[in-house]
Amino acid sequence: MIELRDICFRYAEGAPPVLDAVDLEIEEGELVLVSGPTGVGKSTLLGVVTGLVPRFSGGVLSGDVLLDGASVLHAAPRDRAHVVGYVGQDPAAGFVTDTVEEELAYGMEQLGLPPETMRRRVEETLDLLGIAALRDRDLRTLSGGQQQRVAIGAVLTMHPRLLVLDEPTSALDPTAAEEVLATLTRLVHDLGVSVLLAEHRLERVVPFADRMVVLDGSGSVRVGPTAELLETSPVVPPIVELGRLAGWHPLPLSVRDARRRARTLHLAAPEPRPQPVGRPGDVPLLGARSLTVVHGRTTALREVDLDLDGGCVTALMGRNGAGKSSLLWALQGSRKRRAGSVDVGGQDPARLEPADRRAAVGLLPQDAADLLYLETVAEECAAGGPETRAILASLVPDVPDDAHPRDLSEGQRLALALSLVLAARPRVLLLDEPTRGLDYAAKKVLAATLRRLAADGHAVLVATHDVEFVAQAADAVVVLAEGEVVSSGPAHRVLAESPSFAPQVAKVLGPPWLRVDEVATALESA
Amino acid sequence: MRSRARGARLPRDLHPVAWYAWAIGLAAAASSTTNPLVLGLLLAVATLVVLARRSDQPWAASFRLYLWLALLVLVLRVVFRIVFGGTYPGTVLLDLPEVPLPDWVLGITLLGPLSLEGLMGGVYDGLRLATIIVCIGAANALANPKRLLRSVPPALHEVGTALVVAVSVLPQLADSVRRVRAAQQLRAGEERRVRGLRRVLVPVLEDALERSLALAAGMDARGYGRAPGQTRRERWTTGAFLLVGLGGICVGVYGVLDQTAPRVLAAPMLVLGLVAAVAGLASAGRRVQRSRYRPDPWRWPELAVVGSGIVAGAVGVWASRAQLAIAYPDLTRMPEISLALLLGVLVGALPALVAPEPRMVAA
Repeated sequence: MIELRDICFRYAEGAPPVLDAVDLEIEEGELVLVSGPTGVGKSTLLGVVTGLVPRFSGGVLSGDVLLDGASVLHAAPRDRAHVVGYVGQDPAAGFVTDTVEEELAYGMEQLGLPPETMRRRVEETLDLLGIAALRDRDLRTLSGGQQQRVAIGAVLTMHPRLLVLDEPTSALDPTAAEEVLATLTRLVHDLGVSVLLAEHRLERVVPFADRMVVLDGSGSVRVGPTAELLETSPVVPPIVELGRLAGWHPLPLSVRDARRRARTLHLAAPEPRPQPVGRPGDVPLLGARSLTVVHGRTTALREVDLDLDGGCVTALMGRNGAGKSSLLWALQGSRKRRAGSVDVGGQDPARLEPADRRAAVGLLPQDAADLLYLETVAEECAAGGPETRAILASLVPDVPDDAHPRDLSEGQRLALALSLVLAARPRVLLLDEPTRGLDYAAKKVLAATLRRLAADGHAVLVATHDVEFVAQAADAVVVLAEGEVVSSGPAHRVLAESPSFAPQVAKVLGPPWLRVDEVATALESA
Repeated sequence: MRSRARGARLPRDLHPVAWYAWAIGLAAAASSTTNPLVLGLLLAVATLVVLARRSDQPWAASFRLYLWLALLVLVLRVVFRIVFGGTYPGTVLLDLPEVPLPDWVLGITLLGPLSLEGLMGGVYDGLRLATIIVCIGAANALANPKRLLRSVPPALHEVGTALVVAVSVLPQLADSVRRVRAAQQLRAGEERRVRGLRRVLVPVLEDALERSLALAAGMDARGYGRAPGQTRRERWTTGAFLLVGLGGICVGVYGVLDQTAPRVLAAPMLVLGLVAAVAGLASAGRRVQRSRYRPDPWRWPELAVVGSGIVAGAVGVWASRAQLAIAYPDLTRMPEISLALLLGVLVGALPALVAPEPRMVAA
């Protein structure tokens, strides 16, 4: 249906190519997954299909894009809109109107469809995506998963034949991500829409993909059936890692396949985990009692009790809007609380001056870029305090001094922001969604960093949706729902208890297994 | 026929243009009088209609802001009258000392004896401004201003969308500033005031730039600005019409305002300009292939609402000429109101009855 022929793209003449001689054909009604480490050009590849590259990115593009055999290389995105629907990384940033219904109609208005058709398609799409109850809602009040589904609906009403999605589930909690993916599969199966999507969280999408495009950073791509490509792909979900480890062929892609295979795997029970909690008699580094936070008429947090011990990484989980960010900001002391107390080493951070508060509790906000305002890494480190540069070097060794913070990779930028926070030497560290946009390698580095900080005696609390990351990094898990703690305890127990929070290895092998490396150790010793 | 007429009053959103026309009528009536009774009545009428017919959508809550703004304007007007008012003959209430300013601020004196008439003059004037503000605020509370922008003719659609987006960006910018300020407290950095401004400004601007690029890309990918199959000749015709129209309107307005200009340049030029502009818009609109989803219908309640506004405005303007003593009452005496003005303004309250009830919206 749509075909890329010999596509080459570079940001400037003479610059290294981002895409080099890429050939790709997308058939009617198939779901194609684009994967690879961060910064290898996944978004660029999607942009070439939609026409946004090079129009909105700059750069030099050569080769040809064929739609049903006719070249559309020079057609603007707006002139491909009736065939190719595009949903960007942050769906909220692309909303043009105020309400769900108007947003669904916007694209059709641009196409000039007759009013009766528009009316019918809006109703159909509301039902198809299960968002009929939201029709009059203000777009800004929707949750992440709802926004994502509205954004998909808004392009679906134009009846495109190809949907292009850039990381549709990366900001979503596991349940919302499953809903969005279920919606996409339904479109592929029932309506024959083709889907081209880029995603970091392979564990979520791999079972749904028909084919896969792997970018490895050299500019060229490999295209093929998912199972085949995953054998050698540089980024793989835990289930494939497990399959590679156990030598299964072909590789299992869904938990169901893997579970069937795992019956033949005989593993010695792992040694019991050491209790991460500090020595008896130790006072927790941070203690919060009946913490209550109210925004307007909604209660963001309802009488939450929480202790953070030194030497322990705690994961804070829960669906979008469950109050995770509110809790972090309230513990840090910037967010006003309605009731309750926070005690950090005998002090209440809410009563401290900003500089003393930083020294008591460090917080890395959701958008790490909000912390950065200078032009080079060296300037940022100088402004952050004498030790910042040394801390950065200990987190990530090879960050160039003269680079602009915006030019760093996601992982490096996160490390820079983290070292600015750590420069005040807080004993308690809070992180809000640090894994967003990180690939598996960067997540591993971050998990190791957090473990090391905990080993130094810090108390770490990390809010995240990423269950695989929690399995790697956390000792304990606290789950929030509607501003209340619904479960808390050691990570292996809480993760195994809940079907939506269980990591893939736990789903395949059952508790107490959480991580692939535990299985590897068990296999070696066997 | 009757059932159709009833159907028009089922709960729905009234056409935004109707609400704005009504509000402009009331504002015209307010601007052509200083009589506090009439102004008070207009305020009451506007408030009554808002209370009766506003929806529970977010913009409806903005009416309270306009009320506060109106009060602020009234107070400022009175304060200015006291400070800069100079001496106004009449009953002296408070004998404040005069503070003459140096010669280069020609002839301005601060304070001076405060007379009852001077004070009342300030109150009347301030009340008039306040009433106009409340009338416009009523329209904003009753109709979504963005829907008004979307009712522009097709040729102006792109400008309309750009305006809508610009309006939506403001609250996002405020959010972004709040977020960045909180985030900057989490790290050490420049503490001085002016230099420290950079800490907020740079991330906020970067964020705004990224957002607008994402929005532009999103809109383009969804077909914004599609204009296939337009010939060179059509573009030229449209351009020529619009240029002639714009020139004609400029010259015409100048001719009308400047009494010494030749009369040929006044009304005839204005009409010519308007005709050319309308033709240009129509020609531009013909090639735009876009349609509107669920356009607001224009039925009899809309006409009635516009009519009530026109009546109130017309009576107000008429009274300012025919009943000068009532429209601009003597500051020394108790103001009075005529039957015609009373009825005229009360007609403005009709929308509270005839306009359909607002649509219920799921929270």
